[in-house]
Amino acid sequence: MRAGLILALLGLCLLASMLAGSIIGPYQIPPGEVLKALAAPITGVPAAAPIDTILFQIRLPRVLAAALVGGALAAAGASYQTLFRNPLVSPDILGVSAGAGFGAVLGILLSLPVIAIQGLGFVSGLITVVMVYALARALRSQNEVLVLVLSGIVVGALAGAGISLVKILADPYNQLPAITFWLLGSLSGVKVSDVWGMAPLVIVGLVPLVLLRWRIGVLSLGDDEARALGVNVAFVRGVVVAAATLVTAAAVSVSGVVGWIGLMIPHMVRPVVGPRYDRVLPASVLMGAAFLVLVDTLARSAARIEIPLGLLTALIGAPIFVWLLARGRRVWS
Amino acid sequence: MIEARELAIGYGKTEVATRIDLSVAPGEILCLLGPNGAGKTTLFKTLLGLIPALRGTVAVGGTPVGELSRAALARAVAYVPQAQVMEFAYTVLDLVLMGRTAHLGPFAAPGAADRDRARSALDQLGILDLADREANRISGGQRQLCLIARALAQDAQMMMMDEPTASLDLGNRFLVLARVQALRERGFGVIFSTHDPDQARELATRVAVIADGRLAAYGPPDETLTAAMLSEIYGVPIALERTDSGRTVVVSARPDS
Repeated sequence: MRAGLILALLGLCLLASMLAGSIIGPYQIPPGEVLKALAAPITGVPAAAPIDTILFQIRLPRVLAAALVGGALAAAGASYQTLFRNPLVSPDILGVSAGAGFGAVLGILLSLPVIAIQGLGFVSGLITVVMVYALARALRSQNEVLVLVLSGIVVGALAGAGISLVKILADPYNQLPAITFWLLGSLSGVKVSDVWGMAPLVIVGLVPLVLLRWRIGVLSLGDDEARALGVNVAFVRGVVVAAATLVTAAAVSVSGVVGWIGLMIPHMVRPVVGPRYDRVLPASVLMGAAFLVLVDTLARSAARIEIPLGLLTALIGAPIFVWLLARGRRVWS
Repeated sequence: MIEARELAIGYGKTEVATRIDLSVAPGEILCLLGPNGAGKTTLFKTLLGLIPALRGTVAVGGTPVGELSRAALARAVAYVPQAQVMEFAYTVLDLVLMGRTAHLGPFAAPGAADRDRARSALDQLGILDLADREANRISGGQRQLCLIARALAQDAQMMMMDEPTASLDLGNRFLVLARVQALRERGFGVIFSTHDPDQARELATRVAVIADGRLAAYGPPDETLTAAMLSEIYGVPIALERTDSGRTVVVSARPDS
């Protein structure tokens, strides 16, 4: 009961943040006008021309993209943390972001269409996870968590080297600024078509995570216990890695590298809804979405220039994370 | 009913022990003894189907474990691991609820009926009052009982307990042993590994001793747990003494006696 109430509240927070994101900007749209424009298909009374264009062509796609990216990254973080039984793993630390980033940057270098850039991002993200996991298994250490994180750092560093190579090879006038801005994370260039391209991938990735929510949670007890409790561990783990990597790659290929969300958001929801994955997952999606909508609104309205998203999430995320850690191990245990 | 025939256990090409024949039926307690590193844990994992047998067969209810799905096996055999601190702060009730997994559809989460089953399992072990406590913040003995409750909620006829008393203080040890005895009386079959021959003598209907890469002894406790056998497998002189109440206890043999 209590968990349901919290999820409903988080859903309201998301709606409120999306409304705020629609209102705020260089051209302020009053809340009443936003609602009127949204209700236009029902009421048949269209909003005034500039409002209609700004809202539906510029602001709403961006708000929706922010919600999708935030929700996807937070879901991936919550899933990786449960799967690897480690509260410190996230798409960043496991090298997935860097891996997906390398593929996408390569796509920019080759001047590929957006869909191919996303595809490359996904494939290289998946390869990164498989490499990290295989490396950790091959090293066969007693301290699985340490080896896993170290493997992630190693493979992530390789991907980082690849990104540096692409930057050197890139055309410094056309491609390099795009790559650099993209590596810091930004939704400034988001178009309606980007949202349509990303949304199906994120939803396709989230559905199996939601369906298998209980079994994924049982995996957090460790392989042997989960199997003895009746879970087909290899299958469920394969689904989680593929799904979490899919949503990460889909998000990263539109927004660029936005760090911290996958690590931080699950930590913020666990003290509220408890550690159960079937609750942490939906709460993380809602909170991650609301968080990134607000951060993106800040990014485009706080200064005269666009502030890169990755910069803001780090600025906000680092102190919050330190505060969570300072509250003690209770955050996750 | 769990039955092992001509079983050879080990990892990959490394054989740990071989020629193991044993069986446990409902209403029986089989105690597994053996020195550190003799292969008790390997045998456990093989019987649970977590690692494949090198040779021979393990059958549960007459069906080889390899032919049972994970969920079907979990509905027949429950595993009680050693209680450890977990990475995530599950409540006692949530931890016990995970015992219901094998009874849920692939896409389902536990419902009200499963919560009732989990609560009744906690109640049977006398720890219902801990239901909403964090499982990492109760005593080791309570956590062990919580894991036994999870096995109860799993509704399996057989239970495999891996050194359930290993890290417990004396009071909790006796408490857990009494609960295990009560489970046997209610018709559960239990495989129980321990380092304490006295526990085996107190509890077991049969004892299996794994040592030197084989099943060194198998039978009723009084016949298997002799001073000579224990001295040999543990490599130290061991004697048996009878107490005033008529129980037999294991003591270190004094050189002068």
